[in-house]
Amino acid sequence: MPDSLINDPVNPAVNPVEPFLRSDRMPSIWCPGCGIGTTVNSFARALIDSKIDLQSLALVSGIGCTGRVAGYVKLDSFHTTHGRAIPFATGLKLANPKLNVIVYSGDGDLSAIGGNHLIHAARRNIDLKVICVNNLIYAMTGGQTAPTTPEHSTTSTNPYGVFEPAFNLPHLVEAAGAVYVARWTTFHVRQLTRSIGEAFQKKGFSFIEVISPCPTLYQRRNKMGDGLDAMKFYKEKSKVRNGAPTSEVGLTMTGEIVVGKFVDRERPDYQTLMRAQYAESLGERFVEQAEMVCS
Amino acid sequence: MKADPRGVLTGVHFMDGDHACCEGALAAGSRFAAGYPITPSTEVVERFASRVPTVGGTFIQMEDELAASITLQGAVWAGAKAFTVTSGPGFSLMMEHIGYAAMTETPCVFVDVQRGGPSTGLPTLPAQADMMQARWGSHGDYEIIALCPNSPQECFNLTIKAFNLAEEFRVPVMFMMDECVGHMTEKVVIPPADQIEVVPRRHTHKPVDEYLPYETNGDLVPEMAHAGEGYNFHITGLTHDERGYPNMTPQIQDKLVRRLQNKILQAADRIAMFEEEQLEGADVVVVSYGITSRVAQRAIEAARGRGLRVGKLRLITAWPFPDKKIRELAAKVKAFVVPELNLGQMVREVERAAAGQAKTFAVPHAGGGVHNPEDILKVIVEAGRCQTA
Repeated sequence: MPDSLINDPVNPAVNPVEPFLRSDRMPSIWCPGCGIGTTVNSFARALIDSKIDLQSLALVSGIGCTGRVAGYVKLDSFHTTHGRAIPFATGLKLANPKLNVIVYSGDGDLSAIGGNHLIHAARRNIDLKVICVNNLIYAMTGGQTAPTTPEHSTTSTNPYGVFEPAFNLPHLVEAAGAVYVARWTTFHVRQLTRSIGEAFQKKGFSFIEVISPCPTLYQRRNKMGDGLDAMKFYKEKSKVRNGAPTSEVGLTMTGEIVVGKFVDRERPDYQTLMRAQYAESLGERFVEQAEMVCS
Repeated sequence: MKADPRGVLTGVHFMDGDHACCEGALAAGSRFAAGYPITPSTEVVERFASRVPTVGGTFIQMEDELAASITLQGAVWAGAKAFTVTSGPGFSLMMEHIGYAAMTETPCVFVDVQRGGPSTGLPTLPAQADMMQARWGSHGDYEIIALCPNSPQECFNLTIKAFNLAEEFRVPVMFMMDECVGHMTEKVVIPPADQIEVVPRRHTHKPVDEYLPYETNGDLVPEMAHAGEGYNFHITGLTHDERGYPNMTPQIQDKLVRRLQNKILQAADRIAMFEEEQLEGADVVVVSYGITSRVAQRAIEAARGRGLRVGKLRLITAWPFPDKKIRELAAKVKAFVVPELNLGQMVREVERAAAGQAKTFAVPHAGGGVHNPEDILKVIVEAGRCQTA
């Protein structure tokens, strides 16, 4: 879509991302200052910029605040069960390889209850684009500790402070095999848009972590202010280090937030390997999967 | 419509129940399975993994049963007919997604080759103790369909039926095998593809701007769209309205959940399948299913040899439970005898449906083997002596 539509000189009131949203479902359930809407804006702009065939897109979410993204985008969208967005998306992609399948979910959904699926999908290099909105907490259920909650912060289930170490998600998914790994914050909307666009171009398991504010629960309990304060915090603490070793990008409560594109590599995806193996082993007996629409 | 001949292994085979189930799935048009290894069911997916690349399709071994049971549903929404296969411990893990399939009306088949439980139980030995779990295992109110084969031939025939019912009613169908039936090898006749009836997807033909994912037109089962067709539809496990949008009101909850139940319950007579034998004039009717029906046959014949009037009712459809059939029989017979490889599951349904009109005798067995026919015979004799209720 041309820039002229994004910055419409005739009608500046037109929201260029509106065609990608189910406006009949607005307003959203997200709190004031929440960053999820910002990520959806970047996602929609990436769709505009990439000129991707919208009909080929399917978006899959799990459960939680970010899990509600599926309900707000005007695409084929699936709000699945807690933690299982990735295996559902795997089924969509394998049964119809022409689909561009996006998994859009939260840190707790993807890395705790869905953690096993996350690492195995990365290992298999299933051709999925995973957008992980990391608000450092279980927000939908009221602010409990997540695997990503930084040590020493306070949550409803660690009222005396979190003492268990947090996951460093970029490190985890790189180790498991992801071909594209990036992290941005909701302050970095242009960089995030560009990263999502790059992930669309990759064939394989791509993972974009977006650090996103939860003023209602994480920041309130930790006396970190509102949504605007979060933007100031991200601006102050973020350091762009493209290509940084992911082992060095772990998050702390008040320390540096390393952002950037950390991994961009080539590795054959699951379906490429599967077809090659069948062709080699079965020769002429191998039958390519036809379109499965059974009607 | 008729089966796609590419998936149909027409001929006479000597085949076990697990393999026959796989051939049934292929004949029914399934080209997608997701699984996780578990005894005594694994042979189904092993055969599928071997066969499916030669007929055009995908098998993926997932990291666990939680994943397998939702991966197959992703495949269904991309247009596939899909299934998964498991046994007790894996079936327990799949309950969440049986609920999701019921709520989202995703047509699919869950094969459970039952073994002894609870927990790890008896991995290599039979039981029929997942019957209530198949019906009630996921949370909330919903209905499913469950079928019980008692031979490798039925594993083939009824797997096709399971896929057909799943498509007709847009419901997860439980295919309740047991270790004996799964590992028993017998003659299996696979007919030519043009003799196999296959139910196609209830795929919508509506224009994009007229399509609502959960709109129904009288028959209670909505039409489906698939991802990638331009419908931009939304599917959720939340309570939803006809647009598929979440709606948290008691009114929408009532309307949705009642429809999910009624689409099955109102068709219960049509779904019900049994094998009947000498029910006319019977004093005692033995109600059984799966492998136990074959053990019971011997007891029934021995009882008839003693001059008792014994009928046989074999449940092929376990759920929805054939209340009407049991109620009608209860008005005519003295008693039901219900042998099963559990300590009392379907017998409660027989007793409930009989509603005191006839007595009900359980013949429980905790699993790990099959009944001794003598034990069933003793209860038949006892039941024959009882006074009409």
